[in-house]
Amino acid sequence: MKTVNVTIVGVGGQGVVSAGMIIGTATTKKNINTIMSEIHGMAQRGGIVSVDLRIGDAYGPIIPNGLVDLIIGFEAMETLRSLNRAGKDTIVILNKEKIIPFTVNIGDSPYPDIEKIVKEKDLKNIIEIGAVELAKETGNYQAVNMVMIGAALASGILPIEEKDIEDAVKSIFPEFSWESNINAFKLGIKEFKKIKGAYQ
Amino acid sequence: MSGYDTLLGEENEKHFLLGNEAIVRGAIESGVGVAATYPGTPSSEVGDVLSKIAKKAGIYFEYSTNEIVALEVAASAAASGIRAFTFMKHVGLNVAADAFMSVGYAGTKAGLVIMTGDDPSMFSSQNEQDNRHYAEMAFIPLIEPSNPQEAKDFLIYSFDLSEKTGSAVLFRTTTRVSHQRANVTFGKKMEIKNKSHFIRDQNKFVLVPANAYVAKDKLIKRFENLKEFSENSPLNVIYGNGNEWGIITAGAAYNSVMDAINISGLKFDILKLGFSNPMPERKIINFLKDHKSVIIFEELDPFIESKVRIIAQMNNINSKIYGKMDSYVPWSYEFNPDRVLAVFSKLFNINYSISTVNQDIKLPSRPPVLCPGCPHRATFYAVKLVSKQLRLKDPIFPNDIGCYTLGIQKPYEEADYLLCMGSSIGSGCGFSKTTDQKVISFIGDSTFFHAGIPGLINAVHNGHKFVLIILDNRTTAMTGHQPNPGLPINGMREPAPEISIEEIVKAIGVRYVKTVDPYDLKSTIIAIREAVNFDGMAVVISKRECALLRDAEMIRNKKWVRYHINQEKCTRCMNCVLNFSCPAFYVDKDGAVLIDPVLCDGCGVCSQPQVCGFHAIERDEP
Repeated sequence: MKTVNVTIVGVGGQGVVSAGMIIGTATTKKNINTIMSEIHGMAQRGGIVSVDLRIGDAYGPIIPNGLVDLIIGFEAMETLRSLNRAGKDTIVILNKEKIIPFTVNIGDSPYPDIEKIVKEKDLKNIIEIGAVELAKETGNYQAVNMVMIGAALASGILPIEEKDIEDAVKSIFPEFSWESNINAFKLGIKEFKKIKGAYQ
Repeated sequence: MSGYDTLLGEENEKHFLLGNEAIVRGAIESGVGVAATYPGTPSSEVGDVLSKIAKKAGIYFEYSTNEIVALEVAASAAASGIRAFTFMKHVGLNVAADAFMSVGYAGTKAGLVIMTGDDPSMFSSQNEQDNRHYAEMAFIPLIEPSNPQEAKDFLIYSFDLSEKTGSAVLFRTTTRVSHQRANVTFGKKMEIKNKSHFIRDQNKFVLVPANAYVAKDKLIKRFENLKEFSENSPLNVIYGNGNEWGIITAGAAYNSVMDAINISGLKFDILKLGFSNPMPERKIINFLKDHKSVIIFEELDPFIESKVRIIAQMNNINSKIYGKMDSYVPWSYEFNPDRVLAVFSKLFNINYSISTVNQDIKLPSRPPVLCPGCPHRATFYAVKLVSKQLRLKDPIFPNDIGCYTLGIQKPYEEADYLLCMGSSIGSGCGFSKTTDQKVISFIGDSTFFHAGIPGLINAVHNGHKFVLIILDNRTTAMTGHQPNPGLPINGMREPAPEISIEEIVKAIGVRYVKTVDPYDLKSTIIAIREAVNFDGMAVVISKRECALLRDAEMIRNKKWVRYHINQEKCTRCMNCVLNFSCPAFYVDKDGAVLIDPVLCDGCGVCSQPQVCGFHAIERDEP
């Protein structure tokens, strides 16, 4: 099969690595070869966290520049930062949440105008999602990553189905959080379809 | 996340595992009875997992005080006939190097494998040393896996090799192997034995000069014998046949090379080395003879390349060899497919790079920061305040290895010198002797136990005068919250005697010792001021558990405390944002200072008058 290359970016604490694990566990259970890169250690402390996921035939965990098929961006500015790895057909799912780095707080440089840049870049496959609000609806604020996985699945690029993700959630997360995580996941799917529908 | 019990599963099961998790499974399939480590990225998760499942697996596991102790624990277990495994980050092997070299001479009885987690590109390290050189220096065989499945399988091979040859084995992973998650298929578990009877063998295990003299010659013979193993090893394998160009590669570099080949469409024969010290000489000779040109890709130094060049020279082989030594291949940092493609582009004069979206936007940087509620922030703030109050001229802040290294950042800027674990104290001695500036050193609790105590003994005995602040956050935070000797719990999560830092400091003879809670800014500031004014070595122990541990407990108990800013009292002086600089603060479009309720962890330090003189930061009503 064609390798599907997914980059997940965000800030330490947003659940970027768990999101990769959920997708990777789901594809593994479907017997699809999957490789993922993780970043541990100091970067976790409020720094940038970026995970590459390669589903299908690949050797290394790092996606070559330009070959990213899907960017799942958990934080607006970090999504923009990752665009230098994207090709012209890359699908970008951008969570509108802004996490202000301290370099902005102490006045080193301003937080960028996301809307303006997105417009300027004229990306044809970018979908903006308010994942935080949707996660709040489920009562589980930490389920932002599940909303994003939902949107990613709805994009149709991942070789798995809803049930595969639900099974992965059940094999990774503790039981008390299954319901809210799966609900968040479903809200993500719905939201993607709603926005995509509005475009067409 | 989930329990790691899946790692105890049965043959043929398939799981999506981190390299380090696969290594634990490899240890279980190898029948390892004893495992010891000191945590360090990228090797930490091996210990994290063992800490949870060692007991169930029948393995004795410990977090040792430091890497040399860990190696000694493992080596003596192996000398007693128990398969033993020790693992550490690359610079950890520097700490263990003294024992490592002697283990080379003495050899082992049961299998002994030493894992080094090298960190190309320095994701979490102070250097990117290539520890393969240690294998050469100690005449110890070297194994280099490329992915999680190999990490598991090659570890089993390493234990067998160690036992067959009587030599310890150096098992080298890199960040992209240890922190790569991939599909791993389990093999058969071996019976685990963790008790034995040591049989005295002084000639072998006591390296007095007379024995070492004999051991050296035996070591060289053992190494000669190892050459046959390497020559015939299934870990050294050739892919492809009949292509004009060849590539020799190993470890994570292999992955990038293969991905780059697939993108470029170029054809190469590949010699992949999984067993690279000693080198499989005949295999190399044949590969060189079969190819007019050979490129060598390896992370980091030209370890394989230099030997290949020697082999070519000694055998009059004229194949053209391209690598780091002639600058065709970059010497520093890890590879990725793009960096390999750049080498192909240069050699074949064709541009293989893939076009990307033009991203010319300048974005603010996002370096890692001290977490909201981090007790280190309170200590750094207090030290800064004291430095200002006492008008200290250019104080020097030797820092150490831990989360608190982030004190280097604005606005604290309390890190001026850092070499390695424990260097804050030794360098404090040097700075205080050679300058008239005030010296205030920082070290964490785990680092103090690991490498700080000899430095402090030196400081007291040699009459050095400076301030040492021991940041005791009751854990080894940066590597993922492993216990240390200061806690009443050991690596297998059993109750253990708690070693008191204060009593150690007093026993060494420090005359000013004060333990404070950094969340209480007033007492902390007083203690630091006294310490700075003290005529002699002074130690302040700033003791407060890591905020992440407290957060976890608050989540468990469903008792979350938060603070907010009373906008009527706030004068927008910005002291909290600019000088205390907790990431939970943010400034809105109108210039009002706010606290993000999601980030605030309720430590309340900012609400004290030393941070907000206007009492504008208030606790939320429960």
